[in-house]
Amino acid sequence: MSEPSAITSRAVRDLLAAALGRAVEAPGPGPVAAAVRDGEVAATVTREELAAAVGAVLDTGARHVMLVAFGKAAGGATGEAAGPATAPDATGAAGDLAIEEVLAVPAGPLVRLRVQIPLDDPTYPSLTQLVEAAVWDEREVHDLHGIVPAGHPNLRPLLIHNPPPPAAAFKPFVAHGDGVYQLPVGPIHAGVIEPGHFRFSAVGESVLYLDARLGYTHRGIERFVEGRTFADALPIVERSCGVCSVTHATVYSRAVERLTGTAIPPRARLARVLLAEMERLYNHVGDLGNMCAGVGFNFGTSRLAWHKEQLLRLNEALTGHRYLTGVVAPGGLRLDLDEHGLVGLGAAVTEIEREVRSVVRLLVRSDRFMNRLHGTGVLTRAEALRLGAVGVAARASGIADDLRRDRPADGYADIEVAQVGAAAGDVAARFHVRAQEASASAALIAELAANLPAGVARVSLGGNPAAGTVALAGAEGPRGASWLWLMAGAGGRIERLHLRSASFANWPVVASVVPGNIVPDFPIINKSFELCYACTDR
Amino acid sequence: MPLDLIRRLTLPFRNPVETSRYPESAPLIQFATRGMPEIDPALCQNDGACVTACPTGAIKWTAGRVESIDAGKCIFCAACVAACPHDAMSMTPLVELAARTRDGLVRPTEGPALSPSAGVESLLTDQSAAEHVRIRVESKLGRSLHVRHLDAGSCNGCDWEIAALLNPYHDVQRLGIDFVASPRHADLLLVTGVMTPNLAEAARRTYEAMPEPRLVVAVGACAIDGGVFAGAPGSGNGVGGAFPVDVFVAGCPPRPEAIIEGMLMALEKRG
Repeated sequence: MSEPSAITSRAVRDLLAAALGRAVEAPGPGPVAAAVRDGEVAATVTREELAAAVGAVLDTGARHVMLVAFGKAAGGATGEAAGPATAPDATGAAGDLAIEEVLAVPAGPLVRLRVQIPLDDPTYPSLTQLVEAAVWDEREVHDLHGIVPAGHPNLRPLLIHNPPPPAAAFKPFVAHGDGVYQLPVGPIHAGVIEPGHFRFSAVGESVLYLDARLGYTHRGIERFVEGRTFADALPIVERSCGVCSVTHATVYSRAVERLTGTAIPPRARLARVLLAEMERLYNHVGDLGNMCAGVGFNFGTSRLAWHKEQLLRLNEALTGHRYLTGVVAPGGLRLDLDEHGLVGLGAAVTEIEREVRSVVRLLVRSDRFMNRLHGTGVLTRAEALRLGAVGVAARASGIADDLRRDRPADGYADIEVAQVGAAAGDVAARFHVRAQEASASAALIAELAANLPAGVARVSLGGNPAAGTVALAGAEGPRGASWLWLMAGAGGRIERLHLRSASFANWPVVASVVPGNIVPDFPIINKSFELCYACTDR
Repeated sequence: MPLDLIRRLTLPFRNPVETSRYPESAPLIQFATRGMPEIDPALCQNDGACVTACPTGAIKWTAGRVESIDAGKCIFCAACVAACPHDAMSMTPLVELAARTRDGLVRPTEGPALSPSAGVESLLTDQSAAEHVRIRVESKLGRSLHVRHLDAGSCNGCDWEIAALLNPYHDVQRLGIDFVASPRHADLLLVTGVMTPNLAEAARRTYEAMPEPRLVVAVGACAIDGGVFAGAPGSGNGVGGAFPVDVFVAGCPPRPEAIIEGMLMALEKRG
């Protein structure tokens, strides 16, 4: 398949109009004269038209970005912790509940398709058969809003584990047959990691099927920030996940800046790139070490854990926080980077990168280590596209997706990001991609630390947006593309926020990659994807 | 290959021992480190700007003046510092913030200036800290302290700091402390997170699987009170409601040194 050439927003709108046989109308308030604005196409479609519209957009090679549900019942709340039994009640104004399917056309616009859902019949035809990447999104919409995607193949609870009856309780999917046994793992694991339950169906050592159950750390962040001001919600959204906090603070800030028409100063533009690359670097170095732990190679684990500790120190010297939290904010940076931390940052990172590269070289030359990686946990390109893999997982399977280059925001528009990739799709490919990305990040940091423009790091936000205005923002974090959908309420408050993290996109991929491998290889396959549970569960 | 190998083999001769000597030495902090916030009484005009700015309500305001700062609620964001028009507020480098009681984390703004926590100070003035720890550990629990980590709904920040305890720098094994895979082998439970409803059952069973005497250390703002998630639909607002907590370690996330301090304090408490 050749790379699609650039496609304009108007062309996508015309495609949609042709598929629907009518003119396309944009949803929501704001200055949306046409359905096309700022690299986005927005359209309102009916439930019956949804599949045709999604199909037309998919024909351009588009990828699923997210499915978000929003709207209010009479109680004035989205249905957090409400299973189908306590779905938003029918006394609310009709048409108050809606879903929006967001797709990204490669080298083209983002497409938002909004569907009104009547409160007395909260269903719509499931998209999972058409866009398999939406499988968990639809489960979440069902969990939190009581909207039923009709025809969904796997509508078990995802985030609300104990929904009130009559909602069905969660039952693991398992394989049956002679000699097939089940191996339950978690939610409390043997190591110092986050909680999740994995149900292996195995014959001997070979895994036949893996059912992953997450949602254990669901805190209800999205519901919790509704009605808050943009400033008040920041520390909460940022802590969706403590180790991709820059990514989450950045997507949130970009969305707020789009809503308020704010342009951030040059220093903040590049400082955000510097912080994002610091985050990528410490995560990648730590994960290379964790992959060594996955096969019990203590030399690598220990050396790389030490280099990660050095990087955390640099983070702290730069921002006062070992995980870079509390710095990125709407309008620029809350706290400017510390002068003492910037002095010598480039040299220190370059030295650490040299050491890391030397450890990686030794690992690559160890046949015993690489034997465990080669051919393990293979994610084919077709499978990665089908399931909507993002980040390192996609790039190691021959998909050249990287939001830093594809949709550059902030300082990424001003700089060149090296393209790193591999085709094999196995653990070894992900190992190599991660190692090369770590080196590329270190080079970027060294360059930026020396050339960070002076000046203010923050400007005040522009005027409050009209209630109901929506902004989308994405950022390429260490784990891949994270997207945030933000709808403004009245007076600069949040009406609805939805965060679809890179981990959320990649978890179903992990579960589908494991069958065919042996049970003892699960840890290293899992580590090679390096996903968070916290930002999946939120 | 040989060049790399030679570099590797000679590394120990080129580099000094990197491992921390904490608690004998002070925690390693940076110039920018955001530790416990402090109010300078000479500059404070009691206008309440910091109270309004605090996102977690850690600064208590009574009868027109700032009464105390609660380390257990603080997320060390420095919003209070930015908000104060009189420059009375500052972030100190104090990061060892553990207490045996919840109230012990609440620091009155008057009275003695902030000092290192009494727990570690007593260790330092007593005898060699490592020796002291060894005696404590041995008298109470045989030869070592076995720790089980429990994520009760955290953001992963505290968990990564706990994992950092095992890296070559913090290396808690030098203190006779190690992490175990099963709660049945554990003397101490290190709990992070807000205690979500989805984890309540697993957390309870983890605690009950431990042999007595059980020690519990609540790590981080979420485990203490819910942190920034206090009041969220899926937040149990801390682990105190699920089981008795012996020591509270403040931070968002707490530094590895603070977690070590918390574990040592838990031993003292039982001693």
